[in-house]
Amino acid sequence: MSEYLLEVRNLHARVEDGEESILNGVDLVVRAGELHALMGPNGSGKSTLAKVIAGHPSYEVTAGDVLLNGENILEMEPDERSRAGVFLAFQYPAEIPGVSISNFLRTAVNARRSEEEGDVGVLDFQRQLTEKLKLLRVDPSFAGRHVNDGFSGGEKKRNEILQMAMIEPLMAVLDETDSGLDIDALRIVSDGVNTLRRERPEMGVLMITHYKRILGYLEPDHVHVMLGGKIVQSGGPELADQLEEMGYDWLSEPEPQPVA
Amino acid sequence: MPKNETVARLGLDEYKYDFRTEDKPVFKAQKGLNEQVVRQISAHKEEPEWMLEFRLRALEIYYSKPMPTWGGDLSTLNLDEIYFYLRPQDRMERSWDDVPDDIKNTFERLGIPEAERSILAGVGAQFESEMVYHSLKEEWTAQGIIFESIEDGLKLYPEIFREYFATIVPPGDNKFAALNSAVWSGGSFVYIPKGVKVDIPLQAYFRVNAEQMGQFERTLIICDEGAQAHYIEGCTAPVYTTESFHSGVIEIVVKPNARFRYTTIQNWSSNMYNLVTQRAMVHENANMEWLDGNLGSKLTMKYPSCFLVGEGAHGEILSIAYAGDGQHQDTGGKVVHAAPNTTSMIVSKSISKGTGRSSYRGLCKVYEGAVGSKSNVECDALLMNETSRTDTYPYIEIDENQSSIGHEASVSKVGEEQLFYLMSRGLSEAEAMTMVVRGFIEPIAKELPLEYAIELNRLIELEMEGSVG
Repeated sequence: MSEYLLEVRNLHARVEDGEESILNGVDLVVRAGELHALMGPNGSGKSTLAKVIAGHPSYEVTAGDVLLNGENILEMEPDERSRAGVFLAFQYPAEIPGVSISNFLRTAVNARRSEEEGDVGVLDFQRQLTEKLKLLRVDPSFAGRHVNDGFSGGEKKRNEILQMAMIEPLMAVLDETDSGLDIDALRIVSDGVNTLRRERPEMGVLMITHYKRILGYLEPDHVHVMLGGKIVQSGGPELADQLEEMGYDWLSEPEPQPVA
Repeated sequence: MPKNETVARLGLDEYKYDFRTEDKPVFKAQKGLNEQVVRQISAHKEEPEWMLEFRLRALEIYYSKPMPTWGGDLSTLNLDEIYFYLRPQDRMERSWDDVPDDIKNTFERLGIPEAERSILAGVGAQFESEMVYHSLKEEWTAQGIIFESIEDGLKLYPEIFREYFATIVPPGDNKFAALNSAVWSGGSFVYIPKGVKVDIPLQAYFRVNAEQMGQFERTLIICDEGAQAHYIEGCTAPVYTTESFHSGVIEIVVKPNARFRYTTIQNWSSNMYNLVTQRAMVHENANMEWLDGNLGSKLTMKYPSCFLVGEGAHGEILSIAYAGDGQHQDTGGKVVHAAPNTTSMIVSKSISKGTGRSSYRGLCKVYEGAVGSKSNVECDALLMNETSRTDTYPYIEIDENQSSIGHEASVSKVGEEQLFYLMSRGLSEAEAMTMVVRGFIEPIAKELPLEYAIELNRLIELEMEGSVG
């Protein structure tokens, strides 16, 4: 059993059949229970890293490993990775018209139950769902709406957090969960993540963000900066303050720092 | 009496098959269509003279009309090889062994009760649910509701039958209406008396026997003033017959202030040409809904229609079509506004998978004087593969300025992003596809009675499993 929940080692990746490499040797480790923030300018590869960890078919890994609790997940299909414990909160969640959130969540919950366990009972599921809705202070009527269909940006992000609550992943990757949100929505989403971290302290979180703002609501244990497809600087929360003051330019000649 | 004992031992309904051979020409099943076949049908059913004449006139009309070349490909339909009339006994000579494996497998996967499999496969004669039908029938008869086979409708209620029969779909309407008019056999006759509301759906399924699985069924439904009922025909389980041609006619009259819904789900086997004429005449302030699910057959051409002939009439057509490999669903609907302040709606959802082709074909016609008419058509298509195909052929003929007509169409693919999103939550690719497809048809599927919706969902699951490598 590895000491790391998530270990990304020298990861190189590019768009499938593409020429240019987007990830150029990413090294990152997350221990159980830690919250890591990943920052960086547009085009640095932050979102790509999130997608590659989750197994998006548009990207191909050209070198390196991604290990979840010591197990290499790069050979696994996206659904296998999900069942292994990886969760990606999307930056732009897809719409699935005609499918209620409740139905969708039940299918997702059942997908990770074993043959012997069988499907979750209707009442059990309802109880679980009601509990999580209450925990996240979401109106019960939300569950009857169709997945992301006509949702505002805030509602979509909320839906991602609700899924995270029901699925109970080991390792959650939040891809710019804060983008496009106003202060109120930001607070709701942050409260959600904080609540889930309290409920399940062993969960690891990798939060990809563009702005420092969310870090005021979700205090990271570690902050990393990505530039040109690699992590060029790592530190504690004070690193975020430095970035805000000085921008990203001071990092353009990076010297890899040891992980804190 | 020995003959009755034999009949009883075979479990046959004595009334239906106890004919007197002494009075009739000897019946011989033969392929192809000619006047003699038509005469045999009429004689075998002991029909009145007017019906025989009607059939013969229809046959002439059939010969005079050319094969349609719009719509699907009928070039491989060989009408000389078809039996235009088979008695139930002739059908029963086939055995379960002849039924294709994939049909048997689908029965298994869908959990179809053993007793029903032989009927669906065209090798059985009777249904246990005949008992259900008989007990419901007592309740209905007490209310004055008539629900009989079309043959019995003619025999037992000749006046009302003759008043409406072929008035909604005359034999001259199209070549296959003419054909059906000449050789019709099997189908239902339904009459709902004034003001009567029937709570549970009338199901053709209750009455199914080998004859009902016939190719040229004719149904006549009269929903009298202020009455309300729902009729369901067909089933999601695959139906197999060696006859590869089904041409039905369904006529419905919805009288003032009445409400009627007709639901069909067909899943004919992939050798079947399914050409059906369905039409309802909708009177003042009456309401008609067609719910049409086309899942099977090699080629289906079917356009349920609402002729809105009374002021304030409303017609709706909700249609789902699924075209898998080698299938062509040419479906849609027609609405004709022939009175003021009439409203209509068509919602068509079609799915094309593999080399399947689904086409929406619809007509919205507004006559001059149909002031204040409103119609809305929405046709959505979902393409599952690179090779799938969808077409839209909307015909819009508006002769009245003071009317409001809308038409929206959309085509979508199951997006890679949708699939990845669902898979990243633990769903396999097949489960993800199933979910997207179910979501796509949800607006219509939710109108189906629960057991049909459940079966439809399971069928989609099976199809999607097959689609993924």
